[in-house]
Parts: sequence; structure tokens; C-alpha cells
Amino acid sequence: MPDATGLELIAQELRDAEGAGVVTDTLFFRDRATVTVQAMRIRAVLAHLRAQGYAFLASVHGVDYYPHEPRLGVHYELLDMSRVDRITVKVRVPSDAPEVESVTPDAADGPGWPTANHQEREVFDMFGVVFRGHPDLRRILMPEDYEGHPQRRDFPIGGEPVIFTYNEREAYPSGRTSGASTREGAGA
Amino acid sequence: MSPTEQPTMSEYRRREQSITLAPVEEQLGALGDTGTDDSTHELLTLNFGPHHPATHGVLRLLVTLQGEIVRDVKPIIGYVHTGIEKTAEDKSYWKVIPVVERMDYLSYYFNAMAFCGAVETLLEVDVPKRAQYLRVIHLELNRIMSHLVWLGTSALDLGAISMFWYCFREREKILDLFEMSSGQRMHTRYFQVGGVIEDIPRGFAEKLRGFLAEMPSRVDQYRDMLNGNEIVLQRLRGTCPLDAGTLLSLGVTGPLLRAAGNPWDLRKADPYSSYDDFEFKIPVGTAGDNYDRFACRVAEMYESVKIVAQALDGLPEGPHITEDRKVALPPRHELATSMEALIHHFKLVTEGMRVPPGEVYFPIESPRGELGCFVRSDGSSKPARVHMRDPSFVNLQATAPMVKGAYIADLIATLAMLDPILGGIDR
Amino acid sequence: MKREILSGPGAGGRPTSAPGGTTDLRVRSLNARQLLRGGDLEGPNPSAHLEGADFERYVEESVMTTTLDKAVAWARSNSFFPATFGLACCAIEMMSIVAARVDVARFGFEAFRASPRQADLLILSGRVSIKMAPIVRRIYDQMLEPKWAISMGACCSSMGVFNNYALVPADKFMPIDVHVPGCPPRPEALMHGVLKLRKMVQDDPDMGWRERYGARGTEEVLPGA
Repeated sequence: MPDATGLELIAQELRDAEGAGVVTDTLFFRDRATVTVQAMRIRAVLAHLRAQGYAFLASVHGVDYYPHEPRLGVHYELLDMSRVDRITVKVRVPSDAPEVESVTPDAADGPGWPTANHQEREVFDMFGVVFRGHPDLRRILMPEDYEGHPQRRDFPIGGEPVIFTYNEREAYPSGRTSGASTREGAGA
Repeated sequence: MSPTEQPTMSEYRRREQSITLAPVEEQLGALGDTGTDDSTHELLTLNFGPHHPATHGVLRLLVTLQGEIVRDVKPIIGYVHTGIEKTAEDKSYWKVIPVVERMDYLSYYFNAMAFCGAVETLLEVDVPKRAQYLRVIHLELNRIMSHLVWLGTSALDLGAISMFWYCFREREKILDLFEMSSGQRMHTRYFQVGGVIEDIPRGFAEKLRGFLAEMPSRVDQYRDMLNGNEIVLQRLRGTCPLDAGTLLSLGVTGPLLRAAGNPWDLRKADPYSSYDDFEFKIPVGTAGDNYDRFACRVAEMYESVKIVAQALDGLPEGPHITEDRKVALPPRHELATSMEALIHHFKLVTEGMRVPPGEVYFPIESPRGELGCFVRSDGSSKPARVHMRDPSFVNLQATAPMVKGAYIADLIATLAMLDPILGGIDR
Repeated sequence: MKREILSGPGAGGRPTSAPGGTTDLRVRSLNARQLLRGGDLEGPNPSAHLEGADFERYVEESVMTTTLDKAVAWARSNSFFPATFGLACCAIEMMSIVAARVDVARFGFEAFRASPRQADLLILSGRVSIKMAPIVRRIYDQMLEPKWAISMGACCSSMGVFNNYALVPADKFMPIDVHVPGCPPRPEALMHGVLKLRKMVQDDPDMGWRERYGARGTEEVLPGA
């Protein structure tokens, strides 16, 4: 992991390369480095870090920071295999305009990260973050016509009541569901 | 073919049309391939449904075929999505462990290790050396067991049906060991935050030594049986290779990457839980085809046996879980004498441990690749977000590049060699 | 001179028969064969040497009658063809019952059929998500009558560890005959569940335990039943 000063150097290099406002925050916590950047500049930031050696995108995952705004976050875990270095890049977007540039496709500004394909679809499915430029943004884990984004913090956890014999009648009013006992007509 | 075909179809349904009669050039052009110009043939999109004996679990594949040659593969997943990450937000930290264990259901100790490691990093609690060695023993036994199940079911797919019984015979021995140490065969919730839940019982070491003594010869037998099988060799050698560069850009890690020549293994590169105390090699392949993936995993079984033997020989004395009473339950005999122990016990069981706020990503090397656990804590006793970066989920994206241009039978063999576990893919 | 043969145990699910009495069929056919001792066993038709009452007795002893239902149920219960339907962790333990330690082939159930048209037992092993439920129902509908379903594990029986938005208990969309609890159930537990189903198919659902333990009068009576 880059240490705290290394992290500041990386942040400074990013600001020099991409503009002063691109890095909104840096955090060095438990020996791990995190850089928070603007959502629509993520491609450029990752390309810059790729040039610095962080060529492996290990994970793209979403976080819901409810009730803090901006509410939705997307984390990109980068790994430098030659120096065994990890860095996390974070973006935060509000839930009323949850748009992030997609890092999946190869575009005019450079090669993309094909590994982010399914992972960005999962973040879209679970949190509702829309990735602009993703080749095939649709639900991946939930049924395609599902409404709602389940892993948001205000989405109810759901569940079914467990059926015992005392509430079996209310749960299945049409009759007993057990196959053999309805067929053979066996005793209670 | 969808049985409920509405007159106005959604974009999704239109893309899933079963048979398309467009001329081959148009379709091949759309797929980026300007192969033959035989316009009397058509492409067939076949649905390898979620219920299929050869897909390892409920994986659905939309395969576009030209004759027997695969032109495109689209995996559709989500058929065993269990909402594990959402459920984990609802439970206190130690209750999350059994929930998260059931994700990648063949490597349950690894799921628990990743989560416990992340929480231990947040808590900044030290895991005692004995607990680390016990964790390594169970992790490597689980790796052997996962590879055995993979070997049995893959050989079953390829037609070498007897391997299934042999591999499950060894698996039963490993499950007996797990039952000895924790009482359960699968999903043992043996790893806890700060160590392991219980020390190993008397007799465990002898039984384990007996197992380790005979395991290498068994792996020899399995390797020789399959290496001497001409059909298995023909189906695996030279089929569906993929180079390390493409694999890295797809995020693939684990035996798939090592088979392609890149010796990346988190146990050596970024050791956790005392892996740097042990001597073992990393098997690396050359061609990156199905045979190398098979050979890598079989060789890994030998190395895991070595690691367990070293861990067992060097097992230090000491506590099996951290002494920090705010994190680990006090031993029961203290409850009779110490008031604080009673209070700690009560707090831990009812509310759970409180973890300082923060976010951490903890990666480990599971039998399928880099398994990472991201935990965000907001200071309460329940995690605010748990995300498992599952290796199978990311490795599945490599299926399409691997099988483009190969036969269906090679697709089946490649799926087997990919070792996808749908529980981890869908979570 | 008749050999003293001790009668075997009671029917216990085997089709019993009337004419020769309630002893085991094997015992009675051995007795019947005794009747031939007087005749010429090497000839082409040994029973031709018996006449009259002896012949009738011989026929009675070698014939078994039963109801057609019972005979068919006995055949069906001893040859389930399970469908290969592994969903999640329980599937690994289901594979364990096919393996050598808890060998399901002892009972005749090793012929796992991939096609639901050829299978008659659906062992739902694992959690059923909302995306998978219609597919499970479709597979179950494709199976031909008579068909049975075992819900293996806590997740499909009653939501299990994960009582959340993503899962459906199997009872909600298909009739289940036997629920096997466990997470995952040991292979021995699943085998117990399969054998219980076998008993149920042989038309003896509670296996006579109410008689054995003198528990008549303890049946659960639901209000409005």
C-alpha cells in the first residue's frame, strides 16, 4: 500500500494531470489509501493510475451512504501487481442524479477495463447507479422486470413468514399443498 | 423460446430471440467476425437453461452457434441470488459469518476468512499465532476439498465418471476432519472475528496426519488415471486457450491466471494469516489451455498438503482466539467468577461487538481466485455494507473470449475448467 | 412330512396376500415346494404329479394376491428416478448421497435423470430465488405423474438463513411431500427423508408409530377442520 505521503503524492499528480477539482478527498485508513474523485472524470483518473502501474481493476462495487449525501458511492479497487500496491478510488453521486462514466468500454480517450462489465451491471441493479457509455446496462442478478434497487438502505429487507401448522390455513387458504397427503388421503 | 411471447416485446426479449434467419455474413459481421461467406447456413441461438446437468449450478448461457462452432456466449445469472449482502446488513458482526459463509458454498472457510479479516482490520485486533495456524490448516484443507469436488464434477462432465466417486471418498475424509474440529461438515462457522471458535480436539492431529500421509498417493492415482485417459487429454489439450494479458484485463485471478503463465498468488504476494511462515510452490502453466488449468489445480492439491503438514508440525501453543473481551466471548469458566466477563458475554451475545467506523477491503486467495471482502462500518454493531468480491463472478466474464470459435464440447470442458460456483456469482 | 419353518416377520409395506394366510410369501412357497417332494422333480412338469386337494393347496401356496395399488406403489417406491436439480450448497450434500459413503444406489435411486420427463422425484436442493421459482415450477410441471418432491434444506422448506426479498419457500409454488431440515442436511438426513418418502409412497405415511407408542388421540386437530 502506498503510505500516507505516497497517497498525497498520487493525489497531487492527479490534480496536476487532470485539473484541480478532480480529487475531492484523500483518506489513509488502516494502511489503505483511498482517493475520492469526481464521478464524470473517473475514466481519466483510472487511465492515469493505470499509467502509474495500477493496471489491475480488482473490484467495482457500490455503497449506499444513506443518510449522508451524496448518497451513492462506487468504489474501484486497483492493484499494482509488480509493486503489490493497492489503492481505492471512490466516487460519490446523489441519488437524484446517479450517473457515473462507465469504465468498461474502449473509447476515444483510451482502452477500457473489460472486467468492469458485469460489476457495473451489478452496481446498477443493486443501487441504481447509471453508467454512461456501458455497452449493455441491464439488470444482472434480479429478474429483468424487477422494480426497485434492493441494496439501497431504505429498501426493505423483505421476507416471508415461516409457515407452521398453526398459520398454514391463512397462508394457503386454497387447501393443503402437500402432494402425497392430498393424493393418498392419509390421516392427519 | 419464451412461452409467453407478448406482441410488443421489450428490448431484452428481442435480444433473446431463439432462431434468427438473417444471413450469416450479417450476423457474423455484427459479432465482428468475417469468416465464411456461406449464405446457406444460419446461426442458431441455443439456451443452455439454468437447469442443465453440465452447467455447474444454475447458470444460463445463450450460445450462438454456427453448426457446432460457438460464435458467441452470453451468460445470464441471478438464478440463485440470495440477497446475502443485504441480509448481512441486518445482523450483528458475528452473525454475519454464517450468512456470508453460504456464498461461495464450496469454499466456506475462505468466505469467513475474508470477512473476519476485514472486521479484524477495522477493529485493529490481533489474531493469536495459534489461531492463524489453525486457520491456515482449515483453509488449505478446504482448498483441497474444493479442488476435489471440482475434479470429480469436471471429470463427470467430460465422461470420466469414476473420478466422481474417488474424489468424494477423499472429500468425506476431509469433512470428517471438519466435523471433528467444529461439529459441522459444511458451513462450519469455525472462524470468528479474532481467531477460531474452539481449539482442535484431541485426536484431530493424528487423524489429520493420517490423512496427509495418504493424500499425495491418492492425488497421484487421480492424476495418472486422467493423464492416461486419451479422451480427457484430447478434450483438454489445446482447447480454449487465453493469454494472460486478456485474462488480466478481464480481472481473472487464481488458477486460471496461473495456468496462463502469471504466477500471481496472494498467499505469496501479500501474505495474510502467517502464510509467509510456510514453504510451498505455486504451480504455473504455460499454454493457458484447459489442460494447464486442470494440471494447475491438481498440483495445487499437493502444495496444500505440504502447507497443512508444516502448519500442523509448527502449531504453536497459545489462545485460539483474541483475548480482547470486547470482541471475543470469554471462556465459560470465567463467567462464574468474573462480573466483567459476564457483562462482556451479555453484550456480545445480545448486541454484538461495536466496530469503529471505516471502510476496508480485505482480499485473500480462494481456490478460484481473489476473494475480497469489503466492509463498511458506521460505528454500530451491525455492518453498514458487506460486499464480497467473488472470483467466480469476475472469472465468468472470461467465458466468452475463451470459447469463441470452439466446439460445444469444448464449451462444456471450458466451463468445467473455469470452476464457477454460482453461489458466489449470484450471492 | 413338513419341515418346520419359522414364519418370517410381518409384511411391513410388502404387499400381503390372502389365501395361504399371513405368513411371508417366501415361507409359503417353500412350503408349497415341499408338496412336490412326493413327485418327480426332474420331469418336465413336476406339479402334474399332484392331484386334487394337493394341487389346489400347491397353487394357493405359490400365489400372492394383493391390490394393484399396493403392488404398483411398491414398485414405484423402490425405483425413484431423481431429477438432477442442484441449486446451491445442498446440492453438494445431494452429490454426497450419490457418492460411496451414503450410497443411494443401495435403494435403487442412483439413476439421476437430467430430463424432467424421465424423472419422478424432484429433490429441490438449495435456495429458490424469485428468478428461479418459475423455472422450478416449469420443471415440476414437465414431470409426469406420479411425481414427488422433496424440499431439501432449510432454505426451500422455510426460507432458512436468508429470510429476505430474494427467496421464495418452495411451498408457495409447488406441492412438497417431504421437507428435510438442515443447513445443509447431512447426507444421512437426506437419505432418511428419501426413505420416509418411500414409506409414504408405500401408503404408510406415519409408519404406524401411533400404534406402536399408543399415541392414538394425539393427532393435531386444526380449528375448522
